Amino acid sequence: MTYPPWLDDFLWTYQNVIHALGINGLLALSMYVVLAVGQLSLGQAAFMGLGAYSSALMTLKLHLPFFVVLPASCVVPALFALAIGVPTLRLSGVYLAIATIGLGEVLRAIYLNLDVLGGALGLSGIPQRTETWMIYLLLIVAIAVLWRVGHSRIGRAMEAMREDPNAAQVMGVNVQRYRLGALVASAVLAGVAGALGAHASNFIGPNEYGFEPAVTILSYALLGGIGTPFAPVLGAWILTLLPEVLRGFSDFRGVFNGLIIVLAVLFLPNGLLALRMKRRAA
Amino acid sequence: MLSQQLVNGVLLGATYALFALGFTLMFGVLRVINLTYGFYFSAGAFIALFATRQWGFSIWLALPLAAIGSGLIAVLLDWLLLTRLRAKGAPELASLMVTLGAVLALYSAMTLLFGPDIRRLPPDVIGADALVFAGIRVTQAQFLVVGTTAVLVLALVALMRGTRLGVGIRAMAERPDAAELMGIDTARLAALVSFLSGFLAGAGGVLIGLNFNAIQPYMGEQMMLRGFVVIIVGGLGDLRGALIAGLLLGVIEVLTAGYLDSGLKEAVAFAILVAVLWTRPSGLFGQAVLRRA
Repeated sequence: MTYPPWLDDFLWTYQNVIHALGINGLLALSMYVVLAVGQLSLGQAAFMGLGAYSSALMTLKLHLPFFVVLPASCVVPALFALAIGVPTLRLSGVYLAIATIGLGEVLRAIYLNLDVLGGALGLSGIPQRTETWMIYLLLIVAIAVLWRVGHSRIGRAMEAMREDPNAAQVMGVNVQRYRLGALVASAVLAGVAGALGAHASNFIGPNEYGFEPAVTILSYALLGGIGTPFAPVLGAWILTLLPEVLRGFSDFRGVFNGLIIVLAVLFLPNGLLALRMKRRAA
Repeated sequence: MLSQQLVNGVLLGATYALFALGFTLMFGVLRVINLTYGFYFSAGAFIALFATRQWGFSIWLALPLAAIGSGLIAVLLDWLLLTRLRAKGAPELASLMVTLGAVLALYSAMTLLFGPDIRRLPPDVIGADALVFAGIRVTQAQFLVVGTTAVLVLALVALMRGTRLGVGIRAMAERPDAAELMGIDTARLAALVSFLSGFLAGAGGVLIGLNFNAIQPYMGEQMMLRGFVVIIVGGLGDLRGALIAGLLLGVIEVLTAGYLDSGLKEAVAFAILVAVLWTRPSGLFGQAVLRRA
């Protein structure tokens, strides 16, 4: 794809930020999907890492073309989501949260210790296959799909079970199945975001998918709120741009993102953008 | 060889059990997965580091000081973060998220203050020579670990079973509203439980710091995986279960490292967690009340 020269210059200069905005937007959406059914997964960074590592291996070792690698990158995260989601989602929400934080820690240890995965040095020399338009096309498609789903019968069911799972179950919503579907969808989104990130940056390492990124992804969604799919994306953009705009801010990013979550939960339970979907009475 | 590894495993497991006891106590009574818990562990290790390095305290003074300091930090954090949500009767995931955000802020602030490097306790803080019985080596640090754990566990059992405070705590764990009606000051007991948990975590931080001699801000976060495995395998809120599961996990990790590959320790621990969730989500010992959605 060719761009006009001024756009080409702009994209070249700010390429990293532009990629990060799109990828973090996808991650924020992956968090949104789980929060929308009233669950809390802290495995978004872990799912992203699974997508990144599995896609990088497919490219580096199997030499598969990117149009195969990108869709395939969601398989491993989805399988992990099933293995963790099936047993935990029938229990109270703390079990999923615990198991997903644990997943992140375990994967970090595995990446560090397995030579195939590059150990502490990570995997480098990943060819740059990600194009800016791919990221934004996927982001737009994801927002559109989530928007449509949110306005459908499924969206109502999701909102009902977020407010009161028992009541929703009584009304005939298969709570268990929706939760599992949401978790797998979120793992797929995060996995694809991971593959895009890996093929945009040439290098991936074990610490990029650890505890801090996991919490940061939650802060995107909580800053924006989960009223509509736009809100978490906006949250991600604000928190991605801040360190670029404010010099010296990046040192304090962990403190800031953590406090965002504390303040959002304590004082702004609907997020910064307390928008809600409007829909006509059925 | 095997007997040496079993002994090492039990000694390692004692620290896991100590760490997980406070975590599961907090959940059992306050009904919150408090993720700032890992920070008390790091805080305990750092207090001991400063007490021994800067002020020249002996380990016998540094250990209780670190435990009390972490306990007070736990009370303060619980008050700042959770009292409001508890009063509102907020859903448990809200409190989990608050403590998650807070703990990232705390670890990051700690890293800004002290740097990410690994620090060590002074070498003369505990004797280096090991005792040998029947061919099994036990270092003095390991003795301190197992002795401290035993004393703290016995004290905790005595408190919970033998005192009015313990009866109050158990009543509160069962039915907080009924306990309140019976004249139990639940706010004060919540603070006491936070203190006890922080105390146990802080002591655990010093002991692990002593045993592996590697202290850095995120050490509590790395310990949380073990904490999760132990409290799920033991049953959420089950003190006896946590004690047994902690010892078991220590033995399993040492055997994994000895006979398979030390890089697989975490993977094995997590596989156990997932297997228990699939088959016996209320924990191996079936004591904890299963909290279904």
